[in-house]
Amino acid sequence: MSVVELQGELRSAVRADPRPRPRSASARGPWRGWHRWVSPLVVVLLWQLASVLGLLPARLLAAPSQIAVTALDLVGSGTLPTAIAVSLERVLLGFAAGAVAGVGLALVAGLSRTGENAVDPIMQMLRALPFFGLIPLFILWFGIGETPKVLLVALAVSFPLYLNTFAGIRGVDGKLAEVARTLRLGRTALVRHIVLPGALPQTLVGLRQSLGVAWLALIVAEQVNADAGLGYMINDAREFLRTDVIVVGLLVYSALGLLTDALVRLLERRALVWRREFLSR
Amino acid sequence: MATRVPVPVNETVHAPVNDTVYDTVTAPVVATVRGLTRRFGDRTVLDGLDLTIRRGEFVALLGRSGSGKSTLLRALAGLDEEVEGGLKVDGSVAVAFQEPRLVPWKRVRDNLTLGLNGPDPAGRAEAALAEVGLTDRARAWPLTLSGGEAQRASLARALVREPGLLLLDEPFSALDALTRITVHRLVLDLWAAHGPAVLLVTHDVDEALLLADRVLVLDGGRLAHEWTVAAPRPRHRDHPDLLTLRAALLSALGVTPEGPA
Repeated sequence: MSVVELQGELRSAVRADPRPRPRSASARGPWRGWHRWVSPLVVVLLWQLASVLGLLPARLLAAPSQIAVTALDLVGSGTLPTAIAVSLERVLLGFAAGAVAGVGLALVAGLSRTGENAVDPIMQMLRALPFFGLIPLFILWFGIGETPKVLLVALAVSFPLYLNTFAGIRGVDGKLAEVARTLRLGRTALVRHIVLPGALPQTLVGLRQSLGVAWLALIVAEQVNADAGLGYMINDAREFLRTDVIVVGLLVYSALGLLTDALVRLLERRALVWRREFLSR
Repeated sequence: MATRVPVPVNETVHAPVNDTVYDTVTAPVVATVRGLTRRFGDRTVLDGLDLTIRRGEFVALLGRSGSGKSTLLRALAGLDEEVEGGLKVDGSVAVAFQEPRLVPWKRVRDNLTLGLNGPDPAGRAEAALAEVGLTDRARAWPLTLSGGEAQRASLARALVREPGLLLLDEPFSALDALTRITVHRLVLDLWAAHGPAVLLVTHDVDEALLLADRVLVLDGGRLAHEWTVAAPRPRHRDHPDLLTLRAALLSALGVTPEGPA
């Protein structure tokens, strides 16, 4: 690879906006699209081969073909859609509660010194707690129903949102705050037009982090005491050595994680359009 | 004939006026500063400074780096609460900063209407943008503007408020030479059309002489020198009056003249 080509590669790796661009024809172009799929496909084929030859027993890991069949069965029987619905509901409820708490507390702490003194020390202390370690307490306090699961997700979600929104509010450019003063903006207008939009990019970073931990918290909560949902499906499958069902469950978890991440990115593109046009110039 | 030897401000508050556009002796006072003092720790940047700005006059404030030019401007803008002394400004004040400081998440037009009271803010913003030649950039995001466009938008945002006193904090220093000439003309046009008093903080002697009715030099925390610039506008920097003033100004700023020009 020539130096020029290497620079091109580096540039495309660094580019913020991955829209296709005209590139020098020949070797690249169409080939670049699928050559990234070669190595994953080879791994799956080797995995399938190992299963067929009996090197990889199904009680340890089912064959990819078996996993695909099982996935279709689980969808057809309604087991998987029901499990997804239950888990999604837990994540959404927990996320909503955690987001309201995290952003709300960040506003209280970010917008006044009194608020900061009241809220921030407590949040910084709670943040140090390993929240998965709270599960035994949650079971004692809330039983084994939906409440502890939703609350665990909410707790996990609230911290990244709190920390990022708080940092975002405090990180708003002081020069813009001065502009607001010379434009005679009142406090409400200052918060609405300068502080909150200025904190938004950092809040969206917190949103992505919090959705990541939301799924993680759900998985942990559902492993501990589940009677429905994806975690229940996986635990139930373990009892019967159904590694195919376990893998399907894991794949669904990661697909849902990717989906919510894509949603946040869509939101970012819309909310930060003022920045995007600048970056893509 | 407009040339004057440097006169300490304390002795002669206002220099005689020849043919300046605005009568700076009898026009109503827009801003009065008396005994203004500002300390940063044990360093006294402004030390009992006096200044009077009258309606419609264009004042340039020069001074060496760290002489307190921007400190004085920030005090007049109401951005500094720790100044001591008397400070009175009649009417509204608007500021254009060195960096344009447009709010990046508001389109250019919304930057102009931000905090703008009175009837039809949108229409007035459009009119102001037309004046600075940015009609077609009204819906643009600030980060996509060039340096000159952003500075013009910043001027429009200040002027749409029809201020009695317009404070300009080195707003041209980051522009390239060609853009600066265009924006200089624009500022003079806007000043003639709207008639605010202008206080321009700058480190550029030529810029001060091209634009201002009155040039002040800040030194030792006070206004140490004052000149009236009577040459008619548009001025050319080779005007003999300006050349004489330039030499006097440079020496007041501690720059040794570089021999015959």
